[in-house]
Amino acid sequence: MLRLTDAIYTDVVAHALDGLPNEACGLIAAAPGSSKVERLYRCGNAAASSRLYELDPLDHLKADRDAEARGLEIVGVYHSHTHTDAYPSPTDVAQAPDPNWHYLVVSLKEPEPVVRSYRIVEGTIEEEPLELDRK
Amino acid sequence: MPVDVRLPTVLRQHAGGQASVKANGGTVGEVFGDLLRQFPLLQGQLVTDDGGIHKFINVYRNDDDVRYLEKLDTKVSDDDVISILPAVAGG
Repeated sequence: MLRLTDAIYTDVVAHALDGLPNEACGLIAAAPGSSKVERLYRCGNAAASSRLYELDPLDHLKADRDAEARGLEIVGVYHSHTHTDAYPSPTDVAQAPDPNWHYLVVSLKEPEPVVRSYRIVEGTIEEEPLELDRK
Repeated sequence: MPVDVRLPTVLRQHAGGQASVKANGGTVGEVFGDLLRQFPLLQGQLVTDDGGIHKFINVYRNDDDVRYLEKLDTKVSDDDVISILPAVAGG
């Protein structure tokens, strides 16, 4: 399960839209052991592509340091699919860097963006509940 | 003098669970060599068989990605911090 505040959920979707025509990507951080996302880090897409993303390595380093300074840890990554469903692609699965991470995918295929969250462990995709915290 | 090497969560299990370890070397490649001597389970996680940085990680000397410096030949001195993070990509 992954919990997002309304503000963070909105920011994920806004970044996905801002990134068009390319895929957008970024990182999410939570307190150690928590499933509640406290912070979102927009990162550059070094691939600058509508089909692929590569998290800008320096943006990743800055996000990692900032999260640590706040007592948080990076717990996952989000990225957009500009023309396909909110489901991890074979490339997403092949390159999933950490089995403990949450993988958020934002689909912009339909007029209304769709956000879903997954765990990817040893090549197996499992969707997890995404809970919106209205507070 | 050893330098600090910061490990990503996925690699900590191969280094006794530590987030930060110390290793000796005058270049990133030598530091990696020392890391592999200390933590043999990291074998195959840092460098490829042909001696390059593994494509699944990014390596930084302080604030710089070493791919844009001299890769494994990037010089390292006492006050430097080497950070390793997963390369995050997909489609």
